[in-house]
Amino acid sequence: MKLNLRIWRQDGENSAGRLVDYKMDDVSPDSSFLEMLDLLNEDLIVNGDEPVAFDHDCREGICGMCSLTINGVPHGPERMTSVCQLHMRHFSDGETVVIEPWRAKPFPIIRDLVVDRTPFDRIQQAGGFISVRTGSAPDGNAIPISKEVADYAMDAAACIGCGACVAACKNASAMLFTAAKTSQLNSLPQGKAEKDRRVLGMVAAMDEAGFGNCTNYGECQAVCPKGITLDFIAQMNRDYAVASTKKLFGCAF
Amino acid sequence: MILDAKIPDGSIEDKWSNHKFSNKLVNPANKRKYNIIVVGSGLAGGSAAATLGELGYNVKCFCYQDSPRRAHSIAAQGGINAAKNYQNDGDSVYRLFYDTIKGGDFRSREANVYRLAEVSGNIIDQCVAQGVPFAREYGGHLANRSFGGAQVSRTFYARGQTGQQLLLGAYSALNAQIARGQVEMYNRHEMLELVLVEGHAKGIITRNLVNGAIESWSADAVILATGGYSTVFFLSTCAAGVNVTGAFRSFKKGAGFANPCYTQIHPTCIPQEGDHQSKLTLMSESLRNDGRVWVPKDPKVSEQLRNKDIRPRDVAESERDYYLERKYPSFGNLAPRDISSRSAKEACDKGRGVSYTGFGVYLDFEDAIGRLGQPAIEERYGNLFEMYERISGDNGYETPMMIYPAPHYTMGGLWVDYNLMSNVDGLFVLGEANFSDHGANRLGASALMQGLADGYFVVPYTVANYLARVGAGAPDPDGPAFKEAKASINDNLNKMLSVQGKRSARSIHIELGRIMWEYCGMARDDAGLKKALQLIPELREEFWSNVRIPGTGEQLNIELERAGRVADHLEFAELMCHDAHDRDESCGGHFRVEHQTDEGEAKRDDENFSHVSVWEHQGVNTAPVKHNEELVYESVTMATRSYK
Amino acid sequence: MSLLASSLGKKYIMALSGLVLSLFVLGHMLGNLQVFGDPYLINAYGYKLQHLPYGLLWIIRLFLLACVLAHIWAAITLKIQNKKARPEEYEQKATVQASLASRTMIMSGLIILLFLIFHLLHYTVRAVPGHEYNQAIVTNDGTEYPAEVILIKNGKPMVDSYGKPLQVHNLHDMMVAGFSYPLISLFYVVATYLLCMHLSHGVSSMFQSVGLRNETWRYRLDIIGKIYGWVLFLGYASIPISIWLGVVKATV
Repeated sequence: MKLNLRIWRQDGENSAGRLVDYKMDDVSPDSSFLEMLDLLNEDLIVNGDEPVAFDHDCREGICGMCSLTINGVPHGPERMTSVCQLHMRHFSDGETVVIEPWRAKPFPIIRDLVVDRTPFDRIQQAGGFISVRTGSAPDGNAIPISKEVADYAMDAAACIGCGACVAACKNASAMLFTAAKTSQLNSLPQGKAEKDRRVLGMVAAMDEAGFGNCTNYGECQAVCPKGITLDFIAQMNRDYAVASTKKLFGCAF
Repeated sequence: MILDAKIPDGSIEDKWSNHKFSNKLVNPANKRKYNIIVVGSGLAGGSAAATLGELGYNVKCFCYQDSPRRAHSIAAQGGINAAKNYQNDGDSVYRLFYDTIKGGDFRSREANVYRLAEVSGNIIDQCVAQGVPFAREYGGHLANRSFGGAQVSRTFYARGQTGQQLLLGAYSALNAQIARGQVEMYNRHEMLELVLVEGHAKGIITRNLVNGAIESWSADAVILATGGYSTVFFLSTCAAGVNVTGAFRSFKKGAGFANPCYTQIHPTCIPQEGDHQSKLTLMSESLRNDGRVWVPKDPKVSEQLRNKDIRPRDVAESERDYYLERKYPSFGNLAPRDISSRSAKEACDKGRGVSYTGFGVYLDFEDAIGRLGQPAIEERYGNLFEMYERISGDNGYETPMMIYPAPHYTMGGLWVDYNLMSNVDGLFVLGEANFSDHGANRLGASALMQGLADGYFVVPYTVANYLARVGAGAPDPDGPAFKEAKASINDNLNKMLSVQGKRSARSIHIELGRIMWEYCGMARDDAGLKKALQLIPELREEFWSNVRIPGTGEQLNIELERAGRVADHLEFAELMCHDAHDRDESCGGHFRVEHQTDEGEAKRDDENFSHVSVWEHQGVNTAPVKHNEELVYESVTMATRSYK
Repeated sequence: MSLLASSLGKKYIMALSGLVLSLFVLGHMLGNLQVFGDPYLINAYGYKLQHLPYGLLWIIRLFLLACVLAHIWAAITLKIQNKKARPEEYEQKATVQASLASRTMIMSGLIILLFLIFHLLHYTVRAVPGHEYNQAIVTNDGTEYPAEVILIKNGKPMVDSYGKPLQVHNLHDMMVAGFSYPLISLFYVVATYLLCMHLSHGVSSMFQSVGLRNETWRYRLDIIGKIYGWVLFLGYASIPISIWLGVVKATV
């Protein structure tokens, strides 16, 4: 199949970027979107041009490294699919495809389609853990956890930290990501001790990084390749309300 | 090269306890005087960095990804083994130990494997406490599933994303230490050189992948957790960035490389579809719990299937060959990976393959769906079925999936002693990057176990012993050894950039992959390996005279990164073929066509090859020199592996 | 206070002030619907509100005003932060699922605010030129009605505790007269439609913002929010439309 690509090219964080047109004449519908870009780069390199820089690694939808906005939609048109698992059979012959990086102030562009997502790490560092010394843990079966709770925590834990939620949100809000992380740990008995500290710390780190606010558009949920839902945001809102009320009244429990 | 495995005295059950007691300790107040570098942030590196930071050491951790959470451990699907015996089905530390030794075809080091089995239970406890959402039963207790090469159910799992959940656990522990300031994390930094000072590993040189800066880092000890080298085949189940650079550059600095020819070809991957392909996607081995592997008995039927003249469900039961169940009745579809992979290859080589390339077999869930209902199968493997459909476009509930083996894991790696220290003092190697625990074949769900065992429970003890011995005092990162290393790295990068030829590094990598798959893949023989040993240097020559890397080294340059990794693979591939050629026997994943039983099973030669082959670098175009570590089995009797 | 500085704190303010205001508009609508009954009903209702004890009317008014201001302050602060967080738009814009209502909250909110100001000037302060209604109530066709009338129930005048007949604002005719102007009616209908949109996203959203929503209730609340918005719209819009259609007529 033939494709007209319009790809965002930008030399560095502070340089101006623009869309550049490329034509692909022979794309296999069975190839993945990233393989299509590999072939484009192959052509560019052989012709002495600089290849398009884009992030990718595992190419099986789990590492969360790939980060392309395709025709305005992060990860492209297929629901519950990260761009590395998006296949060209979902595009039509002769289609024009616009490829842009994640756009958000806290995710500055490093080059072309590569952005810096370290604010996500900082949010995690502000409480996204359960403090337990290595080797000091009780037996794994010591605290039974109902299947429902374990499944709920797993639903939240499925987040791959790709940042599509931020990229899709018209406010560049990181609520879905942060909420998935707080909800996973806050819902498990092991995480209860640090529940309040965690949600207060992580929300503060999220605000400090300059992400926007949640206006309940639901775009984040729609593009999330792992199907993380707004319900986790509701849980975080609840946890935060409880934690800040306790803090307000100086109450320890 | 001196290879002293430093296996502690005592019975196998007591070795680790004895060793921990006899190890020197670093007093808590003195720990902050020591600096440790950890390269890699996967299960092994992440857990080691977190634990060492927690103990009070100053840790610097490096990864090439944009976040430590993205290390390729994340892609492991099926599960992690532990000898908990929660299922009351007769599991024990000894059984896990024995299964692992046997699964590795008696080519691993007994004492290390026993320790692995011994700490396996602690790993589960640790991960549960960290908030890893393992699957649970309605009663609230941990659930288990079965995996290849074992007759007990000892695999813990978190849907099909166990690796991700365990890694996020380690990553969260790492984050806690980063927040405390005990660990400094360097993302998008790639290690390009190991620096030795007076024979001890005392630092590394990295390239900052964002701005191209070449930087020196010094420490009291260096821990490598840089993963495996399956990407030498180009097409593998590994992440695109997986590379041998960290381990191979250390090899060039004097670290011994053990058993590089031991590679694991995973039986359940989605078959290759075309030349455009950049990776092969693995589907968890856990699928073999319920899926049945088959091909038609008659190659003519296979041809009709390949041409899509008939559909798989049109093939009568009597026309199907469930070859694993037929050949290995007691393990059936859960035969170990090497055996399952080879059986698939054998079937396809006889023209019975079913995908349109001829290289694919069926993994059929019809029976399981009939027995348990589709919802039960969805509950167990839903995400894998979705992934299969996304990639292949087929619905695995309605038609059998197609699978074919693909390079997946590498058992070989840098040689380490019982302390996980290489022959270079102060250089510790963890996880897939070392060689010690899996012998010639790794059992499913054991890689996660090993990575975390090494990082959480082994190296924090053994590194103290080394540090206490040498005392604190990281060298000056601007000292002569560092300056020299930096200069040589810069020279190398400039040399690569200045070739300005006509070919991309990727195209050369693809070519290397074809050579390796053809001659050093699932079946190897003398002539093929000799051929490879002739082709690889030619391709290396082609690389250095014809590669084209656009751009400069002073910014994010994806081609420079790739070319550096390919250049190392081009040297490493030769080492691998040397080893495969030298090991004139079949064992585990290393199958020499010359050495097989009448039934086509691997035939070991314990008399001549019951050793670890450890290779010493001699220069780029000079053959490496081999040293042997004899494998002594005191607790198990070497036997011919049988899964019948 | 750190809670107010945080993004979530502001969302709580949005939600809680939104809750008060959305309950207010329901009450206000129910009160206004009395225009369909005997003129006595709405005139008496107005009188009662005006004569609430302890200055309650002003307490309520100030409380509502505070809610409006808080709602607007939080909305604007959040909006500024949101713009900052996404300084560069996509060249190719797309929306996957966000409803029109959710994407136009600021717009609908601002127009509702303009309407609110007009509405207060029109009927509460009675300061819109030509619509003062303090001396006399004048309709579009020039008919005049008295600004105050004696409250008559079942044909008998009501009296206060001194036995004097009750003089009350002629609310009923004021509404009829006000809505006899097509432009005003149109503005009213449009504004209440925007209110409907605003609430169809806002009602469900406020439960989300304070965390009182889950998978089961998300869909229910979304529907409840939409129904709530439409009920209000139909309730409010029925008044000017009925007046236009002549269903509701002036008293005299």
